Amino acid sequence: MDTTILLFLLQDGVTNGAIYALLALALVLVFAVTRVILVPQGEFVTCGALTLAMLDVGRVPGTVGLLVVLAGLALAIEVWSHRRRLSLKLARRLAFAFVLPPLVIAALTWWLAPLRLGVLPQALLAIAIVAPMGPYLYRVAFQPLAEASVLVLLIAAVGAHFSLTGLCLLFFGPEGMRAGPLLTTGFTAGPIPVSGQSIAIYLAAVGLMAGLYLFFGRTLLGKALRATAVNRLGARLVGVRTALSGQLAFLIAAAMGALSGVLIAPVTTVFYDSGFLIGLKGFVAAIVGGLVSYPLAAAAAVFVGIVEAFASFWASSFKEIIVFTIIIPVLLVRSLTATHTEDEE
Amino acid sequence: MSKAFAGRAALAALVVVAALLPVLPGMPVFWITLLNNMGLGALVAIGLVVLTGVGGLTSFGQAAFCGFGAFTTAVLTTRFGWSPWATLPVALAITGAAALVLGLLTVRLSGHYLPLGTIAWGLSLYFLFGELELFHRHDGITGVPPFNLAGWDLYDSRGIYYVIWACVLLAALATRHLLDSRTGRAIRALRGGALAAESFGVSTTRVKLIVFVYAALLAGVAGWLYAHMQRAVNQTPFGINAGIEYLLMAVLGGAGHVGGAILGAGLVTLLKDQLQRILPALLGAKGNYETIVFGALLILLLQTAREGLWPRLAALVAREHPSSRKPSPQGEAIRDLPKQVAPLPTRAMPRAGEPLLTLTKARKTFGGLVAVNDVSFEVRAGEIVALIGPNGAGKSTIFNLVTGVLPPTAGEIAFKGERISGRSPQAVAARGIARTFQHVNLQPTMSVLENVALGAHLRGHKGAAASIARVDRAEEARLMAEAARQIERMGLSAHMHRPAGSLSLGQLRIVEIARALCLDPVLLLLDEPAAGLRHMEKRELADTLAGLRAQGLTILLVEHDMSFVMGLADRIVVVDFGTRIAEGSPAQVRADPAVIEAYLGGVA
Repeated sequence: MDTTILLFLLQDGVTNGAIYALLALALVLVFAVTRVILVPQGEFVTCGALTLAMLDVGRVPGTVGLLVVLAGLALAIEVWSHRRRLSLKLARRLAFAFVLPPLVIAALTWWLAPLRLGVLPQALLAIAIVAPMGPYLYRVAFQPLAEASVLVLLIAAVGAHFSLTGLCLLFFGPEGMRAGPLLTTGFTAGPIPVSGQSIAIYLAAVGLMAGLYLFFGRTLLGKALRATAVNRLGARLVGVRTALSGQLAFLIAAAMGALSGVLIAPVTTVFYDSGFLIGLKGFVAAIVGGLVSYPLAAAAAVFVGIVEAFASFWASSFKEIIVFTIIIPVLLVRSLTATHTEDEE
Repeated sequence: MSKAFAGRAALAALVVVAALLPVLPGMPVFWITLLNNMGLGALVAIGLVVLTGVGGLTSFGQAAFCGFGAFTTAVLTTRFGWSPWATLPVALAITGAAALVLGLLTVRLSGHYLPLGTIAWGLSLYFLFGELELFHRHDGITGVPPFNLAGWDLYDSRGIYYVIWACVLLAALATRHLLDSRTGRAIRALRGGALAAESFGVSTTRVKLIVFVYAALLAGVAGWLYAHMQRAVNQTPFGINAGIEYLLMAVLGGAGHVGGAILGAGLVTLLKDQLQRILPALLGAKGNYETIVFGALLILLLQTAREGLWPRLAALVAREHPSSRKPSPQGEAIRDLPKQVAPLPTRAMPRAGEPLLTLTKARKTFGGLVAVNDVSFEVRAGEIVALIGPNGAGKSTIFNLVTGVLPPTAGEIAFKGERISGRSPQAVAARGIARTFQHVNLQPTMSVLENVALGAHLRGHKGAAASIARVDRAEEARLMAEAARQIERMGLSAHMHRPAGSLSLGQLRIVEIARALCLDPVLLLLDEPAAGLRHMEKRELADTLAGLRAQGLTILLVEHDMSFVMGLADRIVVVDFGTRIAEGSPAQVRADPAVIEAYLGGVA
C-alpha cells in the first residue's frame, strides 16, 4: 500500500466518520434525555436520503405519506389520552402540534417538488419533511413508556425500527436511489482529490457540532434538555416539561438523521433498509462514548469510519463483520468499568 | 381427582389431539406446514423464556444460533453424506461451542449493553454466513436430505411434523425441569441485581452462561430441524429480523412461561402467514410488510401488556375453574414430599468463645470519602454482637466488606483465622457466613419456600444437566425439606407457598433470616432485622435469635432499635462517621459519653 492509497482511505474514512459522528451525537443526545437507545435513527437517514433523491427527480417523496401517518397516530393517541377533557383550547393546541405541520409540509412539497428548485432548497425541504417525524414517533412509541427501564425502551426502539423499515418499503419501494451532489466543486490536496461532497459533509458536521454546543450551553431550552438528562424528576420539579424535552430531543435527532441522509444520498445508492446499518455504525461510536460523552463519541465515529475504509480495502466482503465485531471488546470494557447500579432489570 | 392428575390428563389429551392432527382426513397440508413453523419458532422462544423471561438477559441474536445448527447439518449431510440424525450431536456441539464463546463475552455485559452486544454479533454472524465459501456464500446449500425414519424419507410436512413437535415437547419438559431445580432457583434469582444469589454462593456468571448456552442449544435444534424441513439453507432466515421476531414471540406469549412461548410462537407464525397473504394484496406490492405490524405489536405489548398473554389466559382459566388453580408446580411437588427425608449434613460449630470474625484496621474509601475508618473489632463464637451507630455511620459498608460485596481499601478481615477480605461473596458464603439485607432482596414472584431454598444452594451439588434429566429429585427433596424446616423454625409455615411479594415487610425480613439459616451458617449477619416489625414481632424475633445463639450460632447485627439491641446483644460496637467510638457490654455502652454525644449531640 502506498501513501496515496493510505491518504485516500483516510480521507474516505474521515468522510464516513463525519456522518457517523452526526448520528452518534444524536444518539447520545436522545439517550441522555429520554434513555431511549434510538435504533430507528437509521430510518431517519433512509428517509432523508430517499426524500432528497425523489425531490431531485421532481417527484413527491413517499416520506410525506409517512409523516402524515405518524402525525395521525400521534394525534389519535393525544385525543384518546385527553378523551375526558376535550375542549376547544385543546383542539387548537393539537391542531397546531399535530395537524398543521404535516399538512403545511405536505402542501409545500406538492407545490415545490415538480419545480426542482435546486440542490440546497431541496435538501432543506427534505430535512423539513423528515424532522417532524421524530417528535411524532416519540409521542406514539416512547412517551407512554417514559418511566420504563432502559431495556424496555430498547425493545420498543427495536420494534419502532421494525415498523419504520416496513413503512419505508411501503412508501419508497424496493429500488435503491441516489441524488445529485450538493457541491460539484472540488480540489486536490496533494495527490488526493477532495470532492465537493466531502467538503459539504465536513462543513455540515462541524457546523452542527458548534450549533449544538451553543444550543446546550447558551439557550434556556438547551439547558432544560440537559436538566432532563441529569435528573428527570428534578427537572420536572423545577418546571421542565419532560415529555416536551423528549419530543425536542427526537426532533433534533430526526433532523440530524435526515441531514446525514441528505449528505450521503449523492455518494451512495440508498435502499429502504440501508439506514439500519449506517445508524448502527453511529451506535458503535456512541457506545464507545458510553452513550454520555459527545467528544468521545465524535472521535470514535471518525475511528469507525477509518476502520471501515481500511476494512473495505483489504477485505471488502468482510467489512460489516469487522465493523460490528469491534463493538464487542468496547462493550466489554464499558461493562467492566461501569459502576454497578444494577437496579434496573 | 387431584389437581395434578387433572393437569396431566389435560396435557395427555392435548398430546393425543396434536398427534392425530396430521392424519385427520381433509386436513390441508398447508396447515401442517404452518404448525411446523410454529414448532420451530416455539423451540427458539422456549429458549428465550429461560434466557430473557426468567434470567433477564435480552437477546436479539438467537437466529444466529439457528444458523449454526442448520449450516452444520447441511454441510455434513451434503458434503460428507452423513445421515441427518447423526449430525444432531455435532450440530449441538458446534452451536454450544459458539454459544460458549459468545456467552463468555456477552454475559459480562451489564444492563442495556447486553442486548446491544447481541445485535452486534448477531449482525456479524449473519454477514459471515453469507460470505463463507463453505456455505456457498449467498446462494446457500441446496439438496439437504430429508429425515429418514425406518426406511421412509420424511419428504412431506406430515412426517416431519412429528419430529418437530416431539422436539418441542421434549424442550418444554426439559425447561420445566430445569426451572424447577437448584439451578432453576439460581436462574430465577438473577433478576434485579443478583446480589442475593451471589451472597448464597451462586456464581451468577456461570449461571448466566448456562442459561445462554441452553437457549442457544434449543435454537440450534430448531435450525437443525429447519435444514431438513426446507432441504436448503442460506443466510436469509438467520438475521436480526428473525431474532426480533423470536423475541416478539416470547414477549407476546409471556416471557416467563414455557406455555407462553408456544402460544406466542403460534400467534406470531399465524399472524405472519396471514399478513404476508393480505398485506401485499392490499398494498399492491410485494415485500415484507408484516414487519410494520410486528413492530407496532411489540410496542403496543410493552405499553399495555408487558407480562404477555399467558398470565392473562391463566387468570381467565383460574376464574372459570377455581379448582384447577394451583400456586406453582414447585409448590405442588413439595406438598407431595415425604416428611421423612434424610436431613442435610450440617457444619460443626466452633467452640463458644473462640475468635470467629476479626476486623483489623478495616478501611474503605469512596474517592475522598472515608466510609469506614480503620475499624477493628472481634466477634467470638456463640455471642450476639450488635453494630450500632447513627445513619450514615458506615454500618452497612462494614457488612459489605465482611461479605465480600466490596473489597476493603486497606486492613484485613479474617474468619476463623483465615483472611477473607477481598474474596468474592460466594467464597465468603462457602465459609459459613450468611446475611440478610437492609433492603429486602427476595424474588417477589417466587414462593417463600423457593426463596428460602436458594439459601441452601451451596448444600446441593446437582447441576443443570441432572435437573433436566430429573435425577436430582432425592437431593431436591432434601433441600426443600431443609427450607421448610427453617421456615417452620421462624414461624412462617402458613405462608410457605405464597409468593414472597404478598407478604408484609416485617415478614419478608423473617423470610430473609430463614433463607440465611438455610446456608447452615456459622456466622449470621443481620442488617436491621427488626425494622418494620411490630412490638410483639420484635419480641418474638429477639427470642428466636437468642434461641439460635443457644444452639451455638454466632450473630452480628446492625440495628436501630435500642431496646431491641440492649436486651439481646452480648456486646455492642458503636461506629460514627466510619470510626469505632466505643465497644463493650450494653451497660457500658449506654454510659459511654462518646456514644451519648454521637446520638444526642454534643454538650454545649
